[in-house]
Amino acid sequence: MLTADNLGKAHGGDRILDGVSFTLSSDETLAVVGPSGCGKTSLLYMLSGLSRPDTGAVFLDGSPVQGPTPDISIILQDYGLLPWRTVVDNVALGLKVQGVPRAERLERARLQLVELGMAGHDQDYPATLSGGEQQRVAIARAFVSRPRLMLLDEPFSSLDALTRERLQHTLLDVWKRRRVPFVLVTHSLEEAVVLGRRIMVLSDRPARPVAMFDNPGFGDESIRDTEACFRLLKELRHTVEDVW
Amino acid sequence: MVNVRPALRYVAVLMVLGLLWKLAAMALGGVILPNPEDAIRAFFAALPTRIFWEHFGVSAFRAVMGMVIAFGIAFPLGLVMGSVRRADAMLAPFIFLTYPIPKIVLLPVFLLLLGLGDASKIAMIALILGYQILVTTRDGVRSIHPKYLDSVRSLGGSRLDVLREVLVPAALPHGFTALRLGTGVSVAVLFFVESFATTRGLGYMIMDAWGAMDYLGMFVGIIGMSLMGAALYELANFMERRVCRWMFLRKRM
Repeated sequence: MLTADNLGKAHGGDRILDGVSFTLSSDETLAVVGPSGCGKTSLLYMLSGLSRPDTGAVFLDGSPVQGPTPDISIILQDYGLLPWRTVVDNVALGLKVQGVPRAERLERARLQLVELGMAGHDQDYPATLSGGEQQRVAIARAFVSRPRLMLLDEPFSSLDALTRERLQHTLLDVWKRRRVPFVLVTHSLEEAVVLGRRIMVLSDRPARPVAMFDNPGFGDESIRDTEACFRLLKELRHTVEDVW
Repeated sequence: MVNVRPALRYVAVLMVLGLLWKLAAMALGGVILPNPEDAIRAFFAALPTRIFWEHFGVSAFRAVMGMVIAFGIAFPLGLVMGSVRRADAMLAPFIFLTYPIPKIVLLPVFLLLLGLGDASKIAMIALILGYQILVTTRDGVRSIHPKYLDSVRSLGGSRLDVLREVLVPAALPHGFTALRLGTGVSVAVLFFVESFATTRGLGYMIMDAWGAMDYLGMFVGIIGMSLMGAALYELANFMERRVCRWMFLRKRM
């Protein structure tokens, strides 16, 4: 279980986040929506241990998160793939820094690539792939080290609509098999409804939680066509119109 | 398989240079500046001789050693300065204050300190080229996008992992670019340092022939040095393409 307890952060006298608290159980997903620049990425960095909160703390299964750990995988904006490493080496990177032997890590990376529909791209370099393919590699890299928590920072924002939908379904498929809880930040309300079991709305800076929505239709691949989806989107829109 | 296109480009450029040379030689009467065909004939006549290859070998050794030492010291130092703020704060003022000083004027000091042999000449080349590699590498490291550092750190990577997985591979193209561009500087410095207190090397060969008014012999040395410069450039280019393969891929837009 992930617990964020009263997280706060300031930068150069400017408060970015204030009083962000939530819990996420081990089979849940949380979509965090907020206006551009409100501090969503800062929140993810704190959850991952890449940065420390000024106030509050993050706990994963009861233990405080005090720095980056292989238990938490993060997919950064623009994927964060290393352009000088091949696809398979990028996927295996997390295993490499954990000290997994070369043969084993490459085998696991290849299997993960196959699962993400990227078989045959092992020796390609990221720059030769499309945006959607690069995102698949980033997802493969995040899952291959078998994390206990996944964090996704606007992972599909730079993709075209169709590719985005396909990758959302791919992510859901992998999630259904692995059941790794994830926190996704996005500024797309629709994406939040597709990928979030719960949806947290943040205010503009300093970002504070202003509403938390349950999404009972989560996991349904055709959720976009359901009445419940329309209702939830409408509610979300009303909320954000008031606070953004 | 041999890549024919670059070779053809070289041939075309050589033909243009030969034509310009011929026109200049005709304009100057062919004494001070010999005809290119005479110079090339003299060059090919010198090729089978041991004395030419001795001079060429000595010069190549000095240039390559200078480049290797420059890269071996300046590249790691550039990595440190680019990535460790405290080290940069200490070293950057020293580097940028001394960067504009023409290091070549220190040659007499080097000759006094390191003697008349290869060491002083190699050290001079390494110093001049090293500055270029150091500054370029340092700036290259500072321009690395933080997302790559975060990417490795988020996976639990240590400082050593960040160095190995991000800093070194991201800085290598900058280091190689400086090395490649520095080949011209290296050969120029080589010529200068071989003009003094030595009886070996292409620089000496050129100046010795000049002093004896053997202009064809002088051009044998000049052509030899030019070819050595081109070979060093291509060597650096080849190494960059091998080590930084990802830089030369056809990118998907």
